[in-house]
Amino acid sequence: MGNVVLVTGVARQLGGRFVRRIQRDPDVDRVIGVDAVAPEHHLGDAEFLKADIRHPAIARVLAETGVDTVVHMDINGTPLHSRGGRASVKETNVIGTMQLLGACQKAPAVQRVVIKSSTSVYGSAPRDPAVFTENTPPKSLPSGGFAKDTVEVEGYVRGFARRRPDVAVCVLRFANILGPSADSPLAEYFALPVLPTVLGYDPRLQFVHEDDAIEVLRIAASEPRRGTLNSGTFNIAGDGVLLLSQVSRRLGRPTLPLFLPTVTWAGTVLRSLGITDFSPEQIRMLTHGRVVETTQMRETLGFHPAYTTAETFAEFARGRGPGLLPPASLARTVDRLAGVLPARRGPSQ
Amino acid sequence: MADAKVIPFGEEPRARRKARRTGRTGRGTALAPVPEARSGPRPVPAPQPAGGRTLDERIAGGLAFLRRRITGDYEVDDFGYDRELTDQVLMSLLRPLYEKYFRVEVKGVANIPAEGGALIVANHSGTLPLDGLMLQVAVHDHHPAQRHLRLLAADLVFVLPVMNELARKAGHTLACAEDAQRLLERGEIVGVMPEGFKGIGKPFADRYKLQRFGRGGFVSTALKAGVPIVPCSIVGAEEIYPMIGNAKTLARVLGLPYFPVTPTFPWLGPLGAVPLPTKWTIQFGEPIPTDGYPAEAADDPMLMFNLTDQVRETIQHTLYKLLVQRRSVFF
Repeated sequence: MGNVVLVTGVARQLGGRFVRRIQRDPDVDRVIGVDAVAPEHHLGDAEFLKADIRHPAIARVLAETGVDTVVHMDINGTPLHSRGGRASVKETNVIGTMQLLGACQKAPAVQRVVIKSSTSVYGSAPRDPAVFTENTPPKSLPSGGFAKDTVEVEGYVRGFARRRPDVAVCVLRFANILGPSADSPLAEYFALPVLPTVLGYDPRLQFVHEDDAIEVLRIAASEPRRGTLNSGTFNIAGDGVLLLSQVSRRLGRPTLPLFLPTVTWAGTVLRSLGITDFSPEQIRMLTHGRVVETTQMRETLGFHPAYTTAETFAEFARGRGPGLLPPASLARTVDRLAGVLPARRGPSQ
Repeated sequence: MADAKVIPFGEEPRARRKARRTGRTGRGTALAPVPEARSGPRPVPAPQPAGGRTLDERIAGGLAFLRRRITGDYEVDDFGYDRELTDQVLMSLLRPLYEKYFRVEVKGVANIPAEGGALIVANHSGTLPLDGLMLQVAVHDHHPAQRHLRLLAADLVFVLPVMNELARKAGHTLACAEDAQRLLERGEIVGVMPEGFKGIGKPFADRYKLQRFGRGGFVSTALKAGVPIVPCSIVGAEEIYPMIGNAKTLARVLGLPYFPVTPTFPWLGPLGAVPLPTKWTIQFGEPIPTDGYPAEAADDPMLMFNLTDQVRETIQHTLYKLLVQRRSVFF
């Protein structure tokens, strides 16, 4: 069978990597990458079509190329360097998804749609249960920003799934994706020399490794293996949980606890000055944290991530330079202290 | 029974209570060996060997602990429970309060299963939730298997800064059916105080009078997880902050469920926040099994109400019994 895959958002690192990965799949005959700007990285043998998914032209692309699998990865929290501010990102996320799904609905060849969503659909609130499952209703719906975009996108996807019951629709809700080449706002945050945190809160964080993200997207975009089902909604996260305090210590970067109103205010100022894209919902995530359950991912989707949350983070930290307080030298200091104590020498050896 | 008011519970239970009361006089001697049994496993808990360790070993242990902490080399579970921090630091901070200040006496700790999940249902009192923390220390220090109690706390705890961080690290989580069931299915001991703010913020005149047990959600959670319910009665917590008034307007302004006025608070400022050194007793009752019910039983409201009442009455009667046995509030 001729497998033609259309991937949106290929100008981003993750999209580019995914395109390069699925070309090697024996089932895939043709890969078409779509984005509004030309990617800086190479896409291998894939065809690149410069098209904006916000415009109806995308329907023509689908019709002309006979695409049967659509992988929609152009749902992002932050703009890609030149593409402008938050308004255009929101438009790409919401209007782009609407247009793309509308085009899919009109294209009879489409059999499978994969959406890269995010666990931000659950929001972050102190009154939520500690662990979200796929059908936990959030206590407080995200009021704006990327989180609201994802909620709206998923709403359109559900509508599409109702109208085209013959299409297998897979929504993957990713936890924070980290990896050597990750360019997410969270990666930017971890690159700061001193991490500002919210005083009195220690959020629980979960990470997914880039490689795992690529692999699960590939599983969702191909025929389901025996005994698994790859349509539906799945939380995707590595095993285990790290606290922000733990993360900062493992990264060797000191934290700077600030009062919550200060953090919110500083975030607003920095955003309006255009220095950073740190959004309010990211501040909420770094205040209250978010943990999702991944039983469905393992049992129904049949995906077992290669990296745990801690391993993902270790891999990410290795790619970054050492912080102001590298854990290795701190450990050495303690060891030296232990060696200096005369009483310690006897029992240790 | 001091001056606590006794409220009767209707006809049928009264007969049962009578039967139980006669049973109690018989059990008065049966209860005596319990402290002995408790002193048996005493040498097992960590503090005892810690005291026996040499200074070198303690320094080495402390440095190893410090090394793990500053390099972030420790693990937390999905709920943010930091077992190492709880065992080494938080429990050590609470233990003086537990052993020296409130001199907690624990009875019937063998009623908590040594393995597998169980739901401990306790009464709630004392204006500030110190009873929950003491219950946690009691289970950890006295149970032969050193089980860790995972408390379900009100959402207010997770809204407040610092509090939420400490609560999560000590293994507490939000009191909702999802979290409770997840913990029970993992085989944890979960502690719940179904009276909630109604129990903890009740006036001093209503002490030891159990309030409504929520909507009985804890029973259906235990039933779904198939774990036993262990009723637990805590005596002594009611008198730590005798709440003689409630500044409702101030509470509403501050967004709190109640604002306590005690003989010392807020008049003496922070000094008024020192609890009275009452003598506490924590008694764990016979576990109520829930695994004999069919799967759909959790949706049967009548059964839920009956089981809730059964648990509530057990706790209330045990409270009365303990109050009768108590010599004085402070000794």
